Amino acid sequence: MGKETKEYILSLLRTILLTLIALMLLVPIIVTVVNSFMTEREIHANYDMLGNTDISEFVNLKLVPDWVSLGQYFKVLIATSGYLRMFWNSVYMVVPIIIGQVAVASLAAFAFAKLRFPGRDLLFFLYLIAMLMPFQVTLVPNYLMVDRLGLLNSPYSIMLPGIFAAFGVFLLRQFMLQIPSAYMEAAKIDGASYLRIFASIVLPMVKPGIAALVVLLFADYWNMVEQPLIFLRDAELQPLSVFLSRFQKEAFGVIFAASCLYMAPMVLLFLNTERYFVEGIQLSGIKG
Amino acid sequence: MNIHHVKLKEILVAFCFLAPSLAGFAVFYLIPFGTSVLYSFQDRLTAALTLANYSELLSSLSFQKAAANTFRFTAISVPILVVLSLILAMVLNQRVFFRNWLRTAYVLPLVVPVASIVLFWQIMFDWNGVLNALLKYVGLSRIDWMKSEWSGSVIVLIYVWKNIGYNVVLFLAGLQNIPEQYYEIADLEGAGPARKLFGITLVYLTPTMFLVILMSVLNSFKVFRETYLIAGAYPQDRIYMLQHYMNNMFLSLDMQKLSAAATLMAICILVLVAVLFRTERMFRSFME
Repeated sequence: MGKETKEYILSLLRTILLTLIALMLLVPIIVTVVNSFMTEREIHANYDMLGNTDISEFVNLKLVPDWVSLGQYFKVLIATSGYLRMFWNSVYMVVPIIIGQVAVASLAAFAFAKLRFPGRDLLFFLYLIAMLMPFQVTLVPNYLMVDRLGLLNSPYSIMLPGIFAAFGVFLLRQFMLQIPSAYMEAAKIDGASYLRIFASIVLPMVKPGIAALVVLLFADYWNMVEQPLIFLRDAELQPLSVFLSRFQKEAFGVIFAASCLYMAPMVLLFLNTERYFVEGIQLSGIKG
Repeated sequence: MNIHHVKLKEILVAFCFLAPSLAGFAVFYLIPFGTSVLYSFQDRLTAALTLANYSELLSSLSFQKAAANTFRFTAISVPILVVLSLILAMVLNQRVFFRNWLRTAYVLPLVVPVASIVLFWQIMFDWNGVLNALLKYVGLSRIDWMKSEWSGSVIVLIYVWKNIGYNVVLFLAGLQNIPEQYYEIADLEGAGPARKLFGITLVYLTPTMFLVILMSVLNSFKVFRETYLIAGAYPQDRIYMLQHYMNNMFLSLDMQKLSAAATLMAICILVLVAVLFRTERMFRSFME
């Protein structure tokens, strides 16, 4: 057997192994999607025994619905009002956070990456430390300030700390550091102002960085649970992420469709921008 | 004089670019963090300086339980995750078909909102769930996964599922940075696969390794989401995490104790970061 053939068979075996692992990782997603096309009756028949220790019957996990139906989607989108409102709550908080953080962070990242001023490294170090702190730590200061400003139980309590979070500054700085300073020097000699340099040289060159930031922020905030749980007391204001877990008991028959509708925007965005997403993860590696 | 003027102008411009971010960052993070550190040393009624909050916190049984659980979870899950993702990345870095598709599949769990998948985990680990059905099928007795010591392992599994793609992406970048020539030279000198793994791959992967460990630890603190959404505010003892404790403190508005807990946690993370950075630097100077 030639070396080429051997290598070919080895790659084939590796691919099969990796594909099996990939399928294992995808099972939760596949099951959720498949179940969303079952009729409500089938869902109840298959899963009503969940959480009931008096019954010894097992759940009935099926990978093909008995009857493909859009009934769950119809009910969630048209017949139930709560779902769409919660979806809107999520959008209403996440979109301003993304736009705000991109705007604020790109300005600050430019200063950190391309300008010289006293105290720069110390200040950046503070941003870095803040970025590394988990929710358990940052929620306390956030809460103190939001409480003092009287914003508790309002969407602003989530939006404002979100807009000023340190992550965007850090990530965009990483991208901006890669731009050669020669571009800036040349523009300066031509008499361009700093604002001009920022707007017409730096910003266009960090478009991939901004795209990466948008996807990473969306993934993070679309999924938030900790902040709304503490800052928003009204169930009316909760985003989908918190709502879905309560919704489960009341509207069991449509929960799979609700879950799919909730993950769809994130998954679609990810599949279309995977390159930026991956680059963003790799560059948020703290180097130097 | 002229140079001085140019420098001064750059400093002024830098602070203009920084201003929006710095203002918000100071208001929502820096200043209230200072306040919370101060709170942690103050008596609740008289505002006199005291260490009582800390001693009360450290002697509280629920805090001890939460801290021990969080620590144990991190200590067990991070090594498992790092080893698995390293193996996966190394296989994926060899000749395989559909590499990009496979990577997409591994990263997908990261972007799927936790709340959409919670029901799947319940179907798996419920008393009447799929896993117990399988146990029954092979003739073993059922396990109450979420309400026994096993709940810890379930959460580790979910954590690995969610974060493996993130680490694979980081490791892949690290692996691709190792020059191909090193392996060619090793081949010429007749080095075996084990020698190449320990002599080249793992050595040059060490900086990436530090980053992966740091990110894995930070991500391990986020597992509260999954725990909360699956098991609620009062889960089985084994998976009562620091965030559960802090959530309950938020509900009782015990800001002093909460501040003390946040400060302690911030210190632990700072120590961890400092140790990791110091070791990495030592390692680097050792390499040169």
